[in-house]
Amino acid sequence: MNGIHLLTLLTVLPLAGAALALVTGKHARSVALVTTFASLSLALIIWTRLPVDGSIGLVEQHAWAPSLGIEYHLGVDALGALMLVLAAIVTLMSVDAAHRVHHQPELYFALVLMLEAGLFGSFTALNFFHWFLFWELCLIPAFFLIKLWGGTRRGPAATQFFIYTMAGSAVLLVAFLAVFLSTGSMDFPRLSFLASTGELEQMITAHLGPVMMWLAIGVLAGFAVKVPMFPFHTWLPAAYAEAPSPVTMLLTGAMSKMGVYGLLRIALPLFGHQIARMRVPLLVLAVATVVMGAWAAAAQKDLKRIFAYMSVNHLGYCLLGIFALAVPAVGTGIDKALQVSQAAALNGVILQMFNHGITAAALFWFVAMMQQRTGGHRGIDQFGGLRKPAPVLAGLMGIALFSSLGLPGLNNFPGEFLIFRGAFPLSWVAATVSLLGLLVTATVILTVIQKVFWGPLPEHCANFPDLHHGERMALAPVIGLMLLVGFLPSLITISVNPTVVNLLAHWRF
Amino acid sequence: MLSILRPNSVSLLAYAIYLSFAGALALAFVPKGKTALARWLALAFAVGGLALAVQGFIAGMGQGLVTLVDVPWVPSMGIHFLLAADGISRVLVLLTGLAAVAGVLFSWNIDLRTNEFFALYLALIGAVYGVFLSFDLFLLFVFYEIAIVPKYFLIAIWGSTRREYAAMKLVIYSFAGSAMVLIGLLAAYTTAGSHSTGLVELAHAGLPASFQMWCFPLVFTGFAILAGMWPFHTWAPTGHVAAPTAASMLLAGVVMKLGAYGCLRVAIALFPRGLDPWGFSFIGIGSWRDVFAVLAIIGIVYGALVALAQTDFKFVIGYSSVSHMGFVLLGLVTLNQIGVTGAVLQMFSHGIIAGLLFAIVGRIVYDRTHTRKLAELETMHLYKRLPFAAWAFVIAGMASIGMPGFSGFVAELQVLVGAWMVNPWWVAAAAVGIVVGVAYIWRALQKAFFGDLLPSAHVLEEEQGHHFAAITWPEVTGVVLLAGVSLFVGLYPKILLDAIEPAVKTLLAGGAQ
Repeated sequence: MNGIHLLTLLTVLPLAGAALALVTGKHARSVALVTTFASLSLALIIWTRLPVDGSIGLVEQHAWAPSLGIEYHLGVDALGALMLVLAAIVTLMSVDAAHRVHHQPELYFALVLMLEAGLFGSFTALNFFHWFLFWELCLIPAFFLIKLWGGTRRGPAATQFFIYTMAGSAVLLVAFLAVFLSTGSMDFPRLSFLASTGELEQMITAHLGPVMMWLAIGVLAGFAVKVPMFPFHTWLPAAYAEAPSPVTMLLTGAMSKMGVYGLLRIALPLFGHQIARMRVPLLVLAVATVVMGAWAAAAQKDLKRIFAYMSVNHLGYCLLGIFALAVPAVGTGIDKALQVSQAAALNGVILQMFNHGITAAALFWFVAMMQQRTGGHRGIDQFGGLRKPAPVLAGLMGIALFSSLGLPGLNNFPGEFLIFRGAFPLSWVAATVSLLGLLVTATVILTVIQKVFWGPLPEHCANFPDLHHGERMALAPVIGLMLLVGFLPSLITISVNPTVVNLLAHWRF
Repeated sequence: MLSILRPNSVSLLAYAIYLSFAGALALAFVPKGKTALARWLALAFAVGGLALAVQGFIAGMGQGLVTLVDVPWVPSMGIHFLLAADGISRVLVLLTGLAAVAGVLFSWNIDLRTNEFFALYLALIGAVYGVFLSFDLFLLFVFYEIAIVPKYFLIAIWGSTRREYAAMKLVIYSFAGSAMVLIGLLAAYTTAGSHSTGLVELAHAGLPASFQMWCFPLVFTGFAILAGMWPFHTWAPTGHVAAPTAASMLLAGVVMKLGAYGCLRVAIALFPRGLDPWGFSFIGIGSWRDVFAVLAIIGIVYGALVALAQTDFKFVIGYSSVSHMGFVLLGLVTLNQIGVTGAVLQMFSHGIIAGLLFAIVGRIVYDRTHTRKLAELETMHLYKRLPFAAWAFVIAGMASIGMPGFSGFVAELQVLVGAWMVNPWWVAAAAVGIVVGVAYIWRALQKAFFGDLLPSAHVLEEEQGHHFAAITWPEVTGVVLLAGVSLFVGLYPKILLDAIEPAVKTLLAGGAQ
C-alpha cells in the first residue's frame, strides 16, 4: 500500500465530497453520508497500518515553498490516527443527525465536509504552514454553520466564536514566525528534535533574546482558546447553544480536540521546558476549568448549555493530565515511578479525548432528537416523565449520560481513571481539588435524568414519540462503542501506549 | 529588426505590447453602436495578451534575463528600444494579462461609447506591459507616461462619484511623481557620463555615493507616489472609487504596481548606496531606508484604520489598497532576499485580490443595488438575494486578510520575515495593520451581505416588486479566474517564487536585472 498516499487521500476525499455536494442539491445529504462513511473506513484502515513501535508512520514529504520552510509533510502516530478515527465518527454522526436541513442543504453539507477535511488535515500535518492552513480551514465553515443555520442569537455567537479563535490563531502565527526566524524550519519533528536537545531555546535566545517564555505563553494561549481553558472559555456556551445541534456535535466532539492535540503535538514537544516552569499556574487554571465547568453546568437550565459546560469540565481533565505530567526535571537519574505516572496520565488524556468526543457528540444528538419532537424545546424544566412515552430514548440517553458521568463499564471511566491515577502522585493537590468537579458533575447528570425522564409528563410531551427504527439503528453502534471501550479500553491503549512512551521519551521538561 | 523576425520563445512576450496597442487601434475603428463586436474584440485581444504572457512565463522558467528586442532608437543619446524580461518582469506581465482579461469580463455591461472605452483600456494595458518589459530607462519612462493618459479619460468619461475631480487629482499626482523621476533620471544620465540609457549599463556606471544619496529619495518618492505611499496616497482612494470597475481593477491591481516596480527596478537597482546609513540618527531613523520603512508602515496601519471607518463600500476597498501596498514598499526597503521576494509576490497577489474585490463591489453589487452605502446595503439582505456575490466576497475577503491558502498569506509572511531581519519593531507595527485588516473586511462583510435587519428578504422583494438581475457568465468567469489564481498561488507559491527568487538575487547583488 506504499504507493497509495493514504493520508492525502483521506484529506482530499471530504473536499471532493464537498464539491460534489454543492452541485447535487437535495441529494447533498446522501453524498455527505457516503463521503463520511468512506472517510471512516479509510481512517480505520490507517489505524491498522500504524508502525508498531509508536513512532510516526505513513509519512509523505515533498518540497512546497522551501524559502519559507514550507513542506508538504504528513504523518500520523497512534495519537493522530485516533483523532482521525474520532473526527470521522463524529462527522458521520453529525451528518446522520442533520436530516432536517431544509434551508440550502447543499451548502450545509458542503461546509460540514470542508470542516471534516480541515480536521483531517490538521491531525496529519507535520509542518506548521500545512497545519495552520487546515486549522483555519476548520474555522471558516464552523463560523458559517453557526451564522447561517444557528438559533435566534446566532449572529453575536458566531462573531464571538470567530473573534476568539482568530485572536488565538494570530498569537500562534506570531509565535511560529519567531520560531521560524530563529531556526529556519517549520517542521514539527525537526523542531521537536531541536527542543529535546535544548538547541531550540539556545537558537531562539541567540536570535531574539530571552523570549522563549513569551513564545510558550503565546502558543499555550492559542490552544487554550480552542480547548477551551479557563479563562478563555467564554465564547463556548453561546456558540454551542446557538449552533444547530449537529454542528455542536462537531464543535465539541472533534474541533475541541484540535486544541488538546495541539498541546500534545506542538506545545509540549517544543516548549516542554517552559511549560514545566509554569506548571503551578497552569495546573491552577486546569483545576479551575474542571471545577468552574462543573459548577457552571449545575447552574444552567438549558440542556445545550448544561452539556456545553460539561464539555468544558471534561476537557479540563485532559488539561489536568497534561500539565500534571510536565514535572520539571531534577537531576539526571531516571525515576521509574515518575515515568509510570506520566505514562498513565498521558494514556488517560488521549483516551479521554476520544471518549469525550463520542459521548458529548451523542448527548447533543439526543438533544437534537428531543428538540425535533417538541418543536425546539430544550430547557430541562420543559421536560419530564419521558421514560414512559419513550423508554428506548430514555434508556439509550441514560447510558450516554452515565458514560459522561464516568460510570465504570462505560467509555469515559478508563480515561478519567488513568488521568487521576497519573495525576495523583504527580500533583495530589490538583487531583484532589479536581475530584470536586467529578462530584458536581455527578449531581448535574443525576438532576438531568430526574427532571427529564422522571416526574409528571408535561402536556406538550404527551405525544412524545419514541425512537423510530432508523434512529435506533443509527444510535446502536455509538452506544455499542461506549460499552466496548468501557469494557475493553485495551483495544485503544494497546496501540496508544507505544506512542505515549515514544512521546514522553522525546519531551524535555 | 532581425530579432523581431526570429523570435525565440520568450521574446514572444514583446508581442503582448504590440498586440495590445494594435487592439486599441482596431477598437478605435469599430463603428459606433457595434457594442457586441467591441466587447468580443477587446476580450480577444486581452486573451491574446494573456496567452503570450503565460507562454512567456512558461518558456522563461529557469532562465535569467532574456533580451527580447534591442534596436537603436536615438543613437546620439544612446537610447535603445530595449525590451527584456527577467523573473520579476515575467510575473508582473502575467499579472497584467490576468487583470486585463478579468477587467474586460467585468466591463461587459458598458454601453456608453463601448469601442472607445475598450480602445483606451487596451492602450493602458499595452503601456503597462511596456513598463514591465523595458530595460532602457528612457523607454520605461515613455511607457510610464503613456499609461497616464488613458487613465484620465477612463475616469473622466466613464467614472462615477466626483469623476472630474478624481481624474484631475490622479493626473496631477502622477505628473508630479513623473517630474521627480525625470529630474533624477536626467541627473543620473549626466552624472554617469555613459552613452547608454540601458538599465544594466547605468547600474554598472558607478555613480558616486553622494549623488546616489540625494537622487535615491527623489526617484523613489516619485515612483512611490503611484504606489500609494503615505502621505502621497490620497489620489488612490478617490481615483479608485470614481473609476469605472474595470479601471479601478487596473488602477489598484496593476497601475499601483508600476510605481512599486519603478521603486525596485530603477530607484533601488540604480542607486543602492542611497539606502546606506547617514552616519547619524534621529529618533531611531538613520537612513532613507528607515524613512521609507516608517512611511510604508504608517501606510499599512493608517490605510487599514481609515478603511475601518468608511461608510462607502468601495472606499473600504480603496483604502485597503493603500494598506496592502504598504507591505510592498516595506518589503522593498528590507533589501534582503526574502523581503524583496515577498514584495514582488505581494504585487502579484494584491493585483489579483484587489481586482477581485473591486469587481465584486463595483460591478456585481453596485450595478444591481445602485448604492454603495454600507448602511443602505445592510437593509437589503444581499446574502439571500445575491448569494454568489456574498460567497465571492467571502473568498476575496479571506484572501485579502491573508488567510493561509491564499496568495496574500505567503506574500505578506515573507515581507514580515524580511522586515523582522532588519528591525523587529517594524513587524510589530505592521502587525497592527493586519489585525485591523481582518476587522475592516469583517465589518464590510457583515454590513454589506449579512445584515439581519427587518423586513426579511422575501418581504423586501415583494415590496419592491423586483429581483436583482441574474449573475451573468462574464461575472462568474472573472470571479473564478481571479479567485482561482489567488488560491493556486497560495497553495503552490513555488511556481512564482522560482521565477522571482533568482531575479531578486541578481538585482540585489548589483546590476539592474
